[in-house]
Amino acid sequence: MAVVTLRNIIHSAVAMMICFGSLAGMYALLGAPIVAAAQVLIYLGAISVLILFAIMLTQAGDANLPAPFHRQMPIAVVVVLAIVGLVGWAVFQTDWGLAEAAGAAVDDIATALFTDFALPFEIISLLILVAIIGAIYLARRPEEDERAN
Amino acid sequence: MGIEGYLVVSTLLFGLGVFGFMARRNAILMLISIELMFNAVNLSLVAFNAFLPPDTNTGAVFALMIMAVAAAEVTVGLALVIAIIRTRQTPEVDQYSDLKE
Repeated sequence: MAVVTLRNIIHSAVAMMICFGSLAGMYALLGAPIVAAAQVLIYLGAISVLILFAIMLTQAGDANLPAPFHRQMPIAVVVVLAIVGLVGWAVFQTDWGLAEAAGAAVDDIATALFTDFALPFEIISLLILVAIIGAIYLARRPEEDERAN
Repeated sequence: MGIEGYLVVSTLLFGLGVFGFMARRNAILMLISIELMFNAVNLSLVAFNAFLPPDTNTGAVFALMIMAVAAAEVTVGLALVIAIIRTRQTPEVDQYSDLKE
């Protein structure tokens, strides 16, 4: 998955959308259709469009693309290989009990979401509201601030 | 494909996210890398939920909540990045080195 290596950031974003789509397929394979549907709606629908919009807003069509990588890239390669190696070793060392794909029914998830997890659900809705207000405040144009003063 | 396959995919995705966050210079691409890490954690949660014995739906509920938090995070993050780009005229993070205005 070439999301992090491409030089042009728009190509990276399109690769990210492909990656999100294949992840939605994996959720469907894992027997979690509600998570797959939410993945398509939120990631493919909302977040991808938001990121593409931000890229279009900030790139301004200049052709001279700078070098994509930071000078700390060798350290990053070492750290990432260490993390992946360690976690992969842990995955293959562990004995995973009875492995059978059970799947989760949609109505069971809905019941759990509104009974056992009702308080986190409400807190998350409040968090999203706060995030939207903060984003509007941050992305406001500076001229309006000066006009307000 | 057993649980190991999904966990290996999740690990590789998380590693790619960490690599992109540490090695790329573009602020928006760092946000994309954070999204990759969120997705890796989501995939491992749903895989654990599907394969491991306690037959509840906690993993899927957690995955949905992580998606909501990720949406809020990317909203605020993109607003911050756009505000910074508007003042600095560049998306490269290693030119944000000074805090002076």
